[in-house]
Amino acid sequence: MSLCDLTVHEVLDLIKSGEVSAKEVRESVLARIEKVESRVCSYITMTPELDSDGAFHGLPLALKDNICTRGVRTTCGSRILEHFVPPYDATVVTRLKAQGIGIVGKTNMDEFAMGSSCENSAFFPTRNPWDLDRVPGGSSGGSAAAVAAGEAMWALGSDTGGSVRQPASFCGVVGLKPTYGRVSRYGLVAFASSLDQIGPITRDVLDSAILLSVIAGHDPLDSTSAPVPVPDYVQDVRRDVKGLKVGLVREYLGQGTEDGVRSCILKAVEVLTDLGAHVEEVSLPHTAYALDAYYLIAPAEASSNLARYDGVKYGYRAEGAVGLLDMYQRTRREGFGEEVKRRIMLGTYALSSGYYDAYYLRAQKVRTLIRMDFQKAFSEYDVLLGPTAPTVAFRAGERTSDPLSMYLSDVCTIPINLAGIPAVSIPCGFSGGLPVGLQIIGKPFSEAIILRAAYAFESSTDHHKNRPALTGEGGEA
Amino acid sequence: MGVYEAVIGLEVHAELNTDTKIFCGCPTRFGQEPNTQVCPVCLGLPGVLPVLNQAALHKALKAALALNCHINQWSRFDRKNYFYPDLPKNYQISQYDLPLAEHGYLEIEIDGKKKRVGIKRVHLEEDAGKLLHEDTGGTRDRFSMVDYNRTGVPLIEIVSEPDIRSPEEAKEYLENLKTILQYIDVSDCKMEEGSLRCDANISLRPAGSKTYGTRTELKNLNSFRAVYRALAFEIKRQSEVLDSGGAVEQETLAWDDARGVTVKLRGKEEAHDYRYFPEPDLTPLQITEEILSGIKEGMPELPQQRKDRYMRELGLSAYDATVLTRSKTLSDFLDDACRLGAEPKAAANWLMGDIMRILNAEDKGIEDTPLSPGHLVEMLSLIDDGVISGKIAKTVLEEMLFTGKTPNVIVREKGLLQISDASALRTVVEQVVKDNPKVVDDYRSGKEKALGFLVGQVMKHTKGKANPQMVNSILKEVLDG
Ligand SMILES: [Zn+2]
Repeated sequence: MSLCDLTVHEVLDLIKSGEVSAKEVRESVLARIEKVESRVCSYITMTPELDSDGAFHGLPLALKDNICTRGVRTTCGSRILEHFVPPYDATVVTRLKAQGIGIVGKTNMDEFAMGSSCENSAFFPTRNPWDLDRVPGGSSGGSAAAVAAGEAMWALGSDTGGSVRQPASFCGVVGLKPTYGRVSRYGLVAFASSLDQIGPITRDVLDSAILLSVIAGHDPLDSTSAPVPVPDYVQDVRRDVKGLKVGLVREYLGQGTEDGVRSCILKAVEVLTDLGAHVEEVSLPHTAYALDAYYLIAPAEASSNLARYDGVKYGYRAEGAVGLLDMYQRTRREGFGEEVKRRIMLGTYALSSGYYDAYYLRAQKVRTLIRMDFQKAFSEYDVLLGPTAPTVAFRAGERTSDPLSMYLSDVCTIPINLAGIPAVSIPCGFSGGLPVGLQIIGKPFSEAIILRAAYAFESSTDHHKNRPALTGEGGEA
Repeated sequence: MGVYEAVIGLEVHAELNTDTKIFCGCPTRFGQEPNTQVCPVCLGLPGVLPVLNQAALHKALKAALALNCHINQWSRFDRKNYFYPDLPKNYQISQYDLPLAEHGYLEIEIDGKKKRVGIKRVHLEEDAGKLLHEDTGGTRDRFSMVDYNRTGVPLIEIVSEPDIRSPEEAKEYLENLKTILQYIDVSDCKMEEGSLRCDANISLRPAGSKTYGTRTELKNLNSFRAVYRALAFEIKRQSEVLDSGGAVEQETLAWDDARGVTVKLRGKEEAHDYRYFPEPDLTPLQITEEILSGIKEGMPELPQQRKDRYMRELGLSAYDATVLTRSKTLSDFLDDACRLGAEPKAAANWLMGDIMRILNAEDKGIEDTPLSPGHLVEMLSLIDDGVISGKIAKTVLEEMLFTGKTPNVIVREKGLLQISDASALRTVVEQVVKDNPKVVDDYRSGKEKALGFLVGQVMKHTKGKANPQMVNSILKEVLDG
């Protein structure tokens, strides 16, 4: 193992004891990038001039390319923003910098975070470090792949319907989607504003707690960020789980869930039971409608959020247009990819007069029912459990021609965004040599509890210690 | 021609006079260099989020309360989606089905008859930028530029019920609305700077009918006069259509002020679908009783209240009280003068007479002149003390309005002191009597009018500065004695 394969907290201990220097760690990451990036393709833009000041010594972080960085282009994986350089930093970036966390690059993603495989990037697809013929998941595929491949010590992604957790699951790393309002969205280029949330992607749970502590908290620039105090996640994580009441979500293990995934989840249940948790099956009856509601609400918001990319002020503008309407149409036709255009059309339709009640409003009602499902379950259980995705990483190109099959890979993560609650995906085994993710779901602002459950599980298993063979230093999968 | 009743509703947009914009910290100053009052938020750059300016909310609530509205305990912002280059996000943050306030009214008075015009709703929204169309001439293409300085300036939209029945009522409604917004200091209401804008919709129906006719919407109304003229034109046009057996088309019309006609902008079929939906970047607005009582406590005297007070306490006529209270600055001036000891009636007369005449001629407000209430009070006491005559005071006043000098200084500099020196006046009187033997004879033979002529002659010799009472008594002494 190289330094770049260690976790952040391990490296911090080594730096503290003087065994290694922060510079050596940073160089190890840059060397790994040099070695594997041409195959993995995690990054759209490299920014290797790392800041070494502050508590985290410039330890390299990979930032999803929909989070604004002052002076560094922020493309959202789209032609339309290919050369867009923000004049301001996202609030999370300001917080990272204040703690001396260095941004090593901006990672690849499905265009405007719309996708589950990173294949909707306008530039190139990212590969899964565990099997280069497979997708890393999406939309934060670049961030997850970078962490899995040792191309960054840690990363930030954004999660609208599973975009942090599903790629974390596919790449065998830890991905946390915080409660809606826990982390400021200021500077996160909006996809679906009522669902988007920035979250950490790390090699283990403790790193996730550390990074969440850095980015969580109220932001006066984001009216939807919650003025809820931030607990000490790092301390809380170490408490045990004896007596923890855990609900295993029946619907998430239904048809469509691969056997290999199911057996990993059931083994995880045994582990938690051994640790003193009480696990029972629970039903979330409206789960079946979540996907439908999501694919009305998210595109509706997106159709409005993406209206600003019109060629007038910044970003791509089509050449040779005749008049205003023609400029709008050509710019957007040429600047956006297929999936983005599909969702803009879906959303525009759902909001149109005469259809609003039947689609958008009805979807919002379903959203309320889904939220109530969770409320009911949480009146009996501390956390809920299920797979992060119904399958392991699929083959590149396998689902690109069939959007519905692609949408189905988020069937276990989407309900969590609709309910606005936190969930973490952690490695819980392998199926056919590919990582499987266990999803632990909590009540609003109970990140400390789900991280504690995740940490307890992780501490009594070794799944998170595996590294992909790609790195040339031996994986154990 | 049939007898029709006009049914008119007005939609007014008023820019709130906050220091900063509604969703960011940019200044709202008017007339700055293009695109110098902008930031990532009001430019709608990727990733930015709006944060509501509490001062804007406060002013909007104040306006809604002054218009007797019911304030909704919960309201929310919605996105109004349409593409236009002056709208950086291609949606406007506005309010749709849960506006800030509803069900208010505004009182108007036509020919001494009071009437309430219903206010359907008052809501808060952001203003758009401005397009500058440039014709570069020659071989280069025409192009347009956008100035985003105005983008995000807070606006309130005030929608009336279709309770207005004539162009006169519409004008009165607008005058009163403007006065109220100025009294409560929420908007500058300068139509020429676009801080007050008005759209109208109008339909006709047979007098006595209770159903509505097809309405047209009028835009590009850039002054109260334009509103009046456009409505009058539209009443005539629609009457003619109906009289000829035709049907009024539902359409949006623009007022061409130069030609004095309305022209079609777009028809019913071209109406926008704004695809409103709740703004997910802002939390719902909760207006508590606490917030409202705070605003109510800070509510200044409204025009109607001030008018009643003038009639009750200052003994002014309804007409005088109306004229004076129409301008907040003018009536503030009167109140200040009275507080400094002016006799209310005298001060009111000067304000409504010479002062307003000069202001109107100069097209100025009293706040645009250096005249201060203290100076007016000083001038009134110079008259009372017999230092200057009412006639001289007019000269003094004009000087005060233009130079800002105090009346005492003006009187001294211009040598306008009234002559109350009996021996000096007697000399002048004797001279006048000597020069006009025929008139003196007329007087002595009983022609009382001749006295007036002699007084006038004395005033002429003294350039109007002679104390008129003294001239009278000295003349009588000399003639009768
Ligand atoms: Zn601004």
